[in-house]
Amino acid sequence: MCLAVPVKIVSLSKDRYTAVVDAGGVRREANVAMIEEPQVGDYILLHAGFAIQKWSIDDVKEYNEIIQRREDSIE
Amino acid sequence: MNKKIITSAHGGGGTATKEIIDIVREYLGNPVLDQLGDSALLNLGSTEIAFTTDSYVIDPIVFPGGDIGKIAVCGTVNDIAMEGAKPLYMSLSLILEEGLEFELLERVIASVSSAARKADVLVVTGDTKVVEHGRAGGGLFINTAAVGRRYEGCNTSVSNAAPGDLVVVTGTIGDHGVTIINEREELDLESDLQSDVAPLNTLVDELLTSVPGIKSLRDPTRGGLAAALCDIAGASKAGIEIEEDKIKVKREVKAACDLLGFDPLNIANEGKAVIVCSEDSAQKVLEICSDNEFGRESVLIGRVVSEHPETVVLRTRMGGKRIVDMPRGENLPRIC
Amino acid sequence: MTVDKLVESISNKSDRIGRTVNLMEVCGTHTMAAFRSGIRTRLPEQVRLLSGPGCPVCVTSDNYIDHAIELAMTENTIITTFGDMMRVPGSRGSLSLAKARGKDIRVIYSPQQALVAARKNPGREVIFLGVGFETTTPLVAWTIQNAYSRKMPNYSVLCAHKTIMPAMRALCDSDDVRVDGFLCPGHVSVITGAEIYKPLCREYHAPCVIAGFEPEDILLSIDMLLNQIISGEASVEIQYTRSVTAAGNKLAQKCVNDVFKPCDASWRGMGVIPSSGLSVRSSYKEYDAELKFPRIRVSEVKRDTGCRCGDVLRAVITPSECGLFKKECTPDNPIGPCMVSSEGTCAAYYRYSRIDE
Repeated sequence: MCLAVPVKIVSLSKDRYTAVVDAGGVRREANVAMIEEPQVGDYILLHAGFAIQKWSIDDVKEYNEIIQRREDSIE
Repeated sequence: MNKKIITSAHGGGGTATKEIIDIVREYLGNPVLDQLGDSALLNLGSTEIAFTTDSYVIDPIVFPGGDIGKIAVCGTVNDIAMEGAKPLYMSLSLILEEGLEFELLERVIASVSSAARKADVLVVTGDTKVVEHGRAGGGLFINTAAVGRRYEGCNTSVSNAAPGDLVVVTGTIGDHGVTIINEREELDLESDLQSDVAPLNTLVDELLTSVPGIKSLRDPTRGGLAAALCDIAGASKAGIEIEEDKIKVKREVKAACDLLGFDPLNIANEGKAVIVCSEDSAQKVLEICSDNEFGRESVLIGRVVSEHPETVVLRTRMGGKRIVDMPRGENLPRIC
Repeated sequence: MTVDKLVESISNKSDRIGRTVNLMEVCGTHTMAAFRSGIRTRLPEQVRLLSGPGCPVCVTSDNYIDHAIELAMTENTIITTFGDMMRVPGSRGSLSLAKARGKDIRVIYSPQQALVAARKNPGREVIFLGVGFETTTPLVAWTIQNAYSRKMPNYSVLCAHKTIMPAMRALCDSDDVRVDGFLCPGHVSVITGAEIYKPLCREYHAPCVIAGFEPEDILLSIDMLLNQIISGEASVEIQYTRSVTAAGNKLAQKCVNDVFKPCDASWRGMGVIPSSGLSVRSSYKEYDAELKFPRIRVSEVKRDTGCRCGDVLRAVITPSECGLFKKECTPDNPIGPCMVSSEGTCAAYYRYSRIDE
């Protein structure tokens, strides 16, 4: 029902709701209005251009462990 | 309201495109046309030639890794090369829109020139037309035709694959399609990706002059690797089985596909070949490809099998299986 | 756990249960992920995955598509939509056909691009086709809030947003659907939190596991469901812990509640389900395309095609039991929505269905 992928915040703009995110070398603007205190370096779950959740370091690790066996991790 | 009309899906190179081809065949069908190869194979007295035509309407005109001029040459010579022929001469027809800047036109022609040199073909005839503003997609369209001389005793038709043969792809997939999608779809994606647009005739030349076991060649353009493999399986009435973890996909291509809900197997390539060869020549094919600048990343992705004829099956990373189907319509970004 | 170990564990548990177990993946993205990774081909015969009504495109009614096309035909409009909607047939063609006739219909990736289009075309009405479940709704709510705060007069949303719980309840209430456990939608739950499924456990004794989308996630979730079935439990467990919390995304929930209110909604194949839809609150009524552009042709054309998408969406039948499947109804000539949407159950079956060894 809903595609969402983990991406990394690489910069934040002054308007408090726009960020630039990176997913595996692909960058685009993302709306981060729906997450608490977005920071550069945070991993977020992106759905249709909006961040819907923030991942902790442990979440990123868990994901990378799953992916590691198959392809490059997102780190 | 109920008259059937052309939609963009008909341009996707998949099953919808076939509806157009069916009408053409109904009125124009003949033994040569009915082969439906990328080029027609003709006998002119004692000379066997391959003859092809193609149109280019790519938007944007200039994209990372190339432009409409380069793609017009590469696409055309690749169509000749895939039919087992050496491209020699081509035509170039320009359909220009009022308002097009001369500077851009010159850039495109210069790019045709350098691609033609690289591919070792001569542009020997052409035509120009100018249409009103808004009638050529905001710039220019190009139509080409080309002829090539067939390699002695070589038949690379998609119908030649047989159980036991192996399947090679000459590198990463989806580079071109994703590059263009990033440029075009109002998606605002940015990456360092470049189109893989390249002339493959020198590589094909090396293969066909030194390896006897080449069975089928296909360039996986519209519809991507999936369409090329479905074509081969269908025409050869054989099954094809490929391994997901053998197929090379650049990190950026995979990421863009994940974001937009695309399958890299369905995305266009402009500088890759799918090679089906006998088992005993596979090693040699890989060596030749890896030594060529356009085949460095070549890889064995699977084989032709006697099971599930006319069907392509993918062995997934988790050890499951799924059918790879002919792509349909166009790739549209999805939220689901 | 590796894939092979998970498959082995599922097989052992399935043997212990000793009967066929029907698990429903509610979410269309799970359906797609399961087919694309070949999970079904690695599950024991007695563990069946049913596909549920969680494909927003599939459950959208003819009426909505017809209204969207009517708006596309209206002078001076720009329709913005997710790509998923383009090929869905209404009673009078699809958006894709309307676009081919020269109407200004733009496929976008993010609802924010609809706002950008409205800003760049001040003299034209930009309408966004708001479809989707809880994951997507907050995004569209945000665009309405943003348009309101900028006093943007030429943006509106044709709202068909839906909520998944009422549909899951309706499934549990119906006599002809037999579900032993639910793989709950992972990204919906990111927004709603895990708590919302509690009533399913309490009232229907249905095991629920909120699953992620990697093949390993789905297998582990299936394993967790089998555990619950063996022990006779019915609780809500989160397998997708890296994204889902108990309470969900409060900011998103607040945004949705500010802009939308519950309403009855018509689901294709399931009829009207009370309080399963959302409509724009009157405080934002100038952004409600439904009010801004009332229907001109209200007479709904009833199509009797023999399509059984409704039964497929409720998992009463599998696609191959529909008389049209692979005959009149194919991805090239889709008759029902489950064949149109790339994540529709019929399309997934058609493309990726089980390969008989």
